Formats: sequence, structure tokens, C-alpha cells
Amino acid sequence: MDWDKIVQLLVNGLTLGSVYALVALGFSMVYGILKLLNLAHGDVLMVGAFIGWGVLGWLGGAQDPSVAVWILLTLMVLAAMAGCGFLGVAIERFAYRPLRRAPRIAPLISALGVSFFIQNSVLLLFGANFRSYESFDLVDVEVGIHWGPLNVWILRIVVMASALAMMLGLWILVTRTKLGRAMRATAFDREAAAMMGIDVDRVIVKTFFIGSALAGAAGVLVGLVFGSINHFMGFGYGLKGFTAAVVGGIGSIPGAMFGGILIGLAEAFSVGYIEDVTFGRLGSAFSDLVVFLILIGFMLLRPQGIFGKKDVKKV
Amino acid sequence: MSVTNGAPAPLLRLEGVNTYYGQMHILQDVDLEVGEGELVCLLGGNASGKSTTLKTILGVVPPRSGKVVLAGEDVTRYSTAKRIERGLAIVPENRRLFGPMTVLENLELGAYLRPRADLKEDLERVYEIFPHVAARRKQLAGTLSGGEQQMVAMGRALMARPKLLLMDEPSMGLAPILVERSFEIIKQVHSAGVALLVVEQNANVSLSIADRGYVLSTGRVVLEGRASELIRHEELRKAYLGR
Repeated sequence: MDWDKIVQLLVNGLTLGSVYALVALGFSMVYGILKLLNLAHGDVLMVGAFIGWGVLGWLGGAQDPSVAVWILLTLMVLAAMAGCGFLGVAIERFAYRPLRRAPRIAPLISALGVSFFIQNSVLLLFGANFRSYESFDLVDVEVGIHWGPLNVWILRIVVMASALAMMLGLWILVTRTKLGRAMRATAFDREAAAMMGIDVDRVIVKTFFIGSALAGAAGVLVGLVFGSINHFMGFGYGLKGFTAAVVGGIGSIPGAMFGGILIGLAEAFSVGYIEDVTFGRLGSAFSDLVVFLILIGFMLLRPQGIFGKKDVKKV
Repeated sequence: MSVTNGAPAPLLRLEGVNTYYGQMHILQDVDLEVGEGELVCLLGGNASGKSTTLKTILGVVPPRSGKVVLAGEDVTRYSTAKRIERGLAIVPENRRLFGPMTVLENLELGAYLRPRADLKEDLERVYEIFPHVAARRKQLAGTLSGGEQQMVAMGRALMARPKLLLMDEPSMGLAPILVERSFEIIKQVHSAGVALLVVEQNANVSLSIADRGYVLSTGRVVLEGRASELIRHEELRKAYLGR
């Protein structure tokens, strides 16, 4: 056994998985409350990545930041969260709310339209070139934990820790606060929730804000540790976040977290081993094959996901 | 309390209410009143417009014409939340508890628009009426029996400290013994000074405890009067009491 490699893949998988979990949470929250697959969710992540990149450039860039690195990172994440939160609210208001009483295929198509609209808007504004956060200039790659076979760059730790902190925050919000109770009540029975005096529209708007803000944060985290960003990146992350949400059990918050980590690990380990296992016939570029095989497997054998209830309605 | 023509304004008044679902004319010129502290029942068969009347009062369905007046204030254009703030609460048909949430969370949702400072006191008041609910407060509402759910649904509505409590078919789906118990509780709530509008198919039981009653048929009020008179009324007996 090559322990160095296994540990490295484990770290990769957990980093990737924590990002997928953030994306899956947004998918799951919106699905839970509206029974809508927000196909534009990945593109919100992409916009978040671009907002982070913009803030980075505005504050001097990676080589010569004008503020301390931790302040810079915090500002990048917060700006992306705020920007994407409002983007999510706008998407709900103009693309989904007018269709709330329409047949369910209509908002799905509308979501697809929003996805194309966002992608092409960013393409128009920034062009098709890949951009980079140049994180290695920001934080030296040698800084981090070096302990036996464990070698973790500090930025990866930052990514995992902040993703974990946000998930914990969301968990507390949903289980312990008045807004969280209203969200769960609305997701379970919208009309009964309204009969309690809950302003259902406002709860839906807040759900979109929170879910989209998490995607925005995920966009910055992706930019920090997984290289370059471009207008099309949202598709892949959106799809994997969706896979994570389905595998975990769509509508379930612990499910989204668990599914994210699982998909992250599956991807990392298939990148590492697919070549060995297939005797060199498939390269690491085929790792997505494994991820989506897992999705198909769950769809066939346990469509409600790991944490889901059996009676979940499907689109 | 506002005063019109020297007489106290009723707590709730519907004036010439017409409600539609799309093209379907459901409520037709419905006039209805509930006074302070009064127990009024609204009777009628299936599809007579009873539930629509409650939804119109609560603002879930807007009327096309007519007025909904709550404590002297025209609330016809108000949102459900604003009406609830002014003293309404409902025990919906089939109770509609939030099944995956605990009993306590259900009760807290009933007090959604109440100041947080009153929560403890309101909970204690509800636990006093329903000691059984207090024992089950950590349990998921969906796992309770029908009778227990009925108590939680009533407790949840009382958490809003309503001046007027709307009840949609409280006897539906309950065993006869629980129906009796349910109406005992209604009497108890009523004697605490809360006005009630009870929608029922079970005319006998509800008229026996009500002050006044209305009978709806295909969206119109066809009979109204004191409960003691209605219970003797020949047509009503034929149509709803089956005797």
C-alpha cells in the first residue's frame, strides 16, 4: 500500500467533498421548500468564483495584496456570498415565482434558461479565457501541516474548515432558530405554514438567499484550491453538487453534507486509481465516470438517497 | 372596541362575500357574524362552501367582492399573517400538524407572530389545558395518535392567543369518544372567553354546545338562528340530522 498516496487522495477527496457539500446544501434546501431543481445553482457558484476573483484583483492581486491575507480571504468569501445571495433572490423573483402555479416542467425549463443566461452574461463580460486566483503566490505551498505521510497545504485546511463552519452554521439555523422552524414548516406543508402566520414568500426568498450564498462561498473556495475558473465551470460543480444531494437524500441537510463528502472521496480516489484498476485503459480524466455511476446506482437501487424518506416526490 | 349605531361591533363580520375558484362561484353573498366570546357553528354538507368560508376569513383565498371585517377593521385586503396578528387562529381540517417536527416545535409555530417573551407563559397555559401534550412535547407530531394530534392542533392554535378561533371539522376522523372529548375542550376554550367559529358536518353535537348557527348549502346561507332553535328546525333535521 502506498500510504502517502492514500493520505493525499483522502485530503483531496475531503477538500473536494466539502465544496460539493456546500453546493448540495443549496440544491437540497431549494428542492425541499419548492420541489424545484434549481439548475442554475452551479452557475451561481461560478458567479461567486468571479466575484472572489474580482475582489482579489481589486485589493492588489495575489502577488501584492494590499491587506493581510486572512482579511483578503474573508472579504472575498463575504463579497461572493452577498453577491450570490442577491443573485439567488433575483432568480427566484423573476424566473421561478411567476411560475409557482405552473406545471412543474415550466420552472425546470426556466431554470435551464437562467443557467444559459448567467453563463453567457459572464462570457460576454469576461471572455472565454480561464482565470486563476494564483493562490500559490498568495500562500506559499510549503505552509501547512507536514506530519508523516500527511502533507496538507494551509489553504486546503482553510477551505475545509470554512465549509465545515458554514454547514454547522446552517445546521444551527435550521434546527434552532425561528427562521429555521419556518423553513421546515414551509417545506413540509406550505398552506398550513401560511395558516400559522408565516409569510411563505419571505421564507422562500430567505432560503434562496442562504442557498445561493453558500454556492457563492463554494465558488471562492474552488478558485482557491482547484486552479482556474471560467464561465462554464458551474456546470460540472452544479452536476456534482446535484449528485451529492441525490445520493445523500434530496431535501435532507445531513444527507447533502454526507453525499458531498462521499462524492468528493469517490472522485479523488478514482482519479488516483482508475488507471491502475483498468490496466491503463482509462486515464484519470475518466473519474467522472465513477461519480455518475454512483448517481445511476442510487437512482436505480435507492432513489430516496441515504437519508431520504421513501415518499419523496420526483420531478 | 369600535362602536357602530350604539351597538358593539361583532368580532367578525362577513358582508356580501363572493368567492370564486377560477370560474367556479363558490360563496354567494354570504353574510355572517361572530360576536365577542360567542360560539357559532357553520353547518353544511360536502362542497357546501364551509371550508372556503374559513379560507376567506383567514385570507388564504381572496373574495371577489364583499368585505371581511375583524374587530371593526376591514381586513379584506390584508394578508393571512396580518389577520392572524389581529387575533385569528385556525385548527385546520385534518389538523395539518407538521409531522416531522416535535410537538414543542409545532406549538412554537402556533406562536409564530407572538413576542418571544410570552412563549413560556403561553406554553404553560396550553400544557395546563392539555397535560398529555406536555408529556409528549419532545415527540415527533407525526407519530401521535389521532386524538393526541387533535389536542396538539388545538394547543397550537391557542398559542396564538386568538380572540377568534376557527375550527375546520374538528370531529373528522376521530373515534366517537374522542369527538365528545374534542367538544368538551371546545366548550372549555369557549368558557375562557375565546370566540369560536366551528365548521362541522356533525350538526347534532355542534349545535348542542353552540350559541348560534348558520347552515350553508351550495355556497349560500340558507338558515341561521339560535342553536336551540336550529336543533328543532324541521328542514335542518331532515337535511342534516337524518331524522
